[in-house]
Amino acid sequence: MENRFEIQGNSLIIHLPEEVDHMVTDEIRRDSDDIIRKKYIRTITFDFSGTAFMDSSGIGLIMGRYRMMGMRGDCIQATGVNSYIEKLLHLSGVYKFVEIRGEV
Amino acid sequence: MENTNEMKIIFDSRPENEGLARVAAAAFCTQLNPTLEEVADLKTAVSEAVTNCIIHAYEGKVRKIEIFCRREGQNLWIDVIDKGVGIRDVSKAMEPLFTTKPEKDRSGMGFTFMEAFMDEVTVESQVGHGTVVHMKKTIGR
Repeated sequence: MENRFEIQGNSLIIHLPEEVDHMVTDEIRRDSDDIIRKKYIRTITFDFSGTAFMDSSGIGLIMGRYRMMGMRGDCIQATGVNSYIEKLLHLSGVYKFVEIRGEV
Repeated sequence: MENTNEMKIIFDSRPENEGLARVAAAAFCTQLNPTLEEVADLKTAVSEAVTNCIIHAYEGKVRKIEIFCRREGQNLWIDVIDKGVGIRDVSKAMEPLFTTKPEKDRSGMGFTFMEAFMDEVTVESQVGHGTVVHMKKTIGR
């Protein structure tokens, strides 16, 4: 999908689709890892502002990118998080290393 | 009996059918007047069960997945049935963060989410024969 990825300085912003499930996470994982390998990326921001549905595949996506970034404390951020997405982030424990922000 | 209804759907274990499965279950559930949050919970639980069938039970091969929904008053039962490889150790599989496929970025949270979002989750599995995930949720509690 066009405009799914945005690079600002050394941070990668991933604009997530409306439904974040197993099918799209495979695709996002492949494309984002490609960018991370080619460019100098320090932080990844997951933008949930257009997302209405997510399952544990989305959690796997976040966990995998956190590992890929060397599990540094401030490497993963999330924005546009609604109450349902927040519930999933808390339940899965990933909120411990994901900084939730109001704006991109 | 009044206020009972049933639905059975059978579909191929293709990733694009995950969306179909959760939307069908959500549509079936609307007759119980659920809140938006209850619908979201149900969709996530069904998505987890179906994803498990595709990734683990059939390991990417295209076979059939069956979903059976039953409503009785405000109680909703959903069974997700596959005839795949089965689960050797069900209690291990249901532990949070346990996954046999970490390299594929599986979070190991599938059953944890099902248990968090449904009132009851039980799993029957036989190695080499398949798995049934039974889920129950009371709507409007």
